[in-house]
Amino acid sequence: MYVAVKGGERAIDNAHAWLAEVRRGDRDVPELTVAQIREQMTLAVNRVMAEGSLYDPDLAALAIKQARGDLIEAIFLVRAYRTTLPRLGSSAPVETGAMAVTRRISATFKDLPGGQILGPTFDYTHRLIDFALAAEGADAAEPAMPAVDKVEEVPHVMEFLNKDGLIQSELQEGAQVPDLTREPMELPASRPLRLQALARSDEGFLLSLAYSTQRGYGRTHAFVGELRIGTVAVEMEVPELGFPVEIGEIELTECETVNQFTGSKTEPAQFTRGYGLVLGQSERKAISMSLVDRALRWRELGEDFSGAPAQDEEFVLMHADNIQATGFLEHIKLPHYVDFQAELELIRKLRRETEPSDLAAEEQP
Amino acid sequence: MSVERPFSQEILARRRWMGLAARSGPDRLRELLPDLPAHELLRTPEIGAVMVQGRAGGTGTPFNLGEMTVTRCSVRLASGEVGHAHVQGRDRDHARRAAILDALMQTDAAPDLEGKVLSPLAQEEAARRASRAARAATTRVEFFTLVRGEDQ
Repeated sequence: MYVAVKGGERAIDNAHAWLAEVRRGDRDVPELTVAQIREQMTLAVNRVMAEGSLYDPDLAALAIKQARGDLIEAIFLVRAYRTTLPRLGSSAPVETGAMAVTRRISATFKDLPGGQILGPTFDYTHRLIDFALAAEGADAAEPAMPAVDKVEEVPHVMEFLNKDGLIQSELQEGAQVPDLTREPMELPASRPLRLQALARSDEGFLLSLAYSTQRGYGRTHAFVGELRIGTVAVEMEVPELGFPVEIGEIELTECETVNQFTGSKTEPAQFTRGYGLVLGQSERKAISMSLVDRALRWRELGEDFSGAPAQDEEFVLMHADNIQATGFLEHIKLPHYVDFQAELELIRKLRRETEPSDLAAEEQP
Repeated sequence: MSVERPFSQEILARRRWMGLAARSGPDRLRELLPDLPAHELLRTPEIGAVMVQGRAGGTGTPFNLGEMTVTRCSVRLASGEVGHAHVQGRDRDHARRAAILDALMQTDAAPDLEGKVLSPLAQEEAARRASRAARAATTRVEFFTLVRGEDQ
């Protein structure tokens, strides 16, 4: 139990003043601008947007600056800010099939309409520290660009499997879309509720869980059917107009996995699916999400529960949110004096009961 | 209230200009439409959040992916036309200007604004998209499966 305490105001003020000073660092080094963070620390900004569950690059960049680069602290700031915003509405589901892709790869098909597009990837780099980057002002030259008169549509790879009935179709079910920011999460959770929780969950937690399924704790044998990154339009029905309008564009990362089969004596074998969709550019998280989504689907796919953590909905969903986790974890450093006093009383009493003579000597030195 | 689909030409046109205004950079819209006519605020610019939905598997059941910041505004011109805007981000001035543009596009000023504001926005957006697609195209690969020794 945490009991409120009074006092220490001056110490707190001084601590915060010092915090502001160390945030700024050495004043001989130019101060970072929010725009610099937004443009040059984009993947950190994307992570804060995804786990803060609020798409706003400027706000995420500002939160990173304020948090001294502590991304979970920055996510906390974004989450706190979003609770102050009125909800203006809900968008139509985004059409990821119509995404303007900057990256699109498939590990299952090498020849696919639209092609394999690597985009700005770390893949195939040597992961050697580039000391040339330590020298400032050496901008990469703009490459010559081929002319493109028409932006091609890039269809979802999974639709090719779907045409032959080799993979399960995604059904459109459920009229009401559950929202864990409005209603407390109830278990067992529907797949839409699970996907919402996973989309805002901690990347590290999700990565470890996904890895555990690959190592055999709830194996699903996933292939990356398609991974795509790009922008989609967001459209919303506006009540005063009576029709939907585009209200902006956001960048998303989407991963679809092809997993091993379901089927029975009467139904032919089919591949199954896992799905990951994340705000911003975050393919590690999108892949992790699709593996964990698939592992959590054991019940609806008629599989056995093997006791693996990634299959355990309560374990996954109740521990995936890093703001809930850090809030509860870090609160134990706050004053628990009264609580601890009670424990002290108790332990002294227990010791008196067992070893009265020794304790008496100890307490009166 | 919901309008019948497919949409009429008027609604398609309005969807186009409202989308262009929402997707435009706030600074660019201010450059293209610097002077604002007299107007009354029916809804002062308000910053809020819109829940963005995705679909399981890209095509299945909708789910809530996360929110985005959006600013909305409604105005009435002195001549009576009402304009609305929902624009991405937290720029109140952007929402107000977009709402005024929506109202002005319902007046005789529309052809003039089409040339001065909407066409440039549309062209710049198309150029941005084409350039990004061209850039992506430079990273398109052809993978070849190599014949392995034991297959020969």
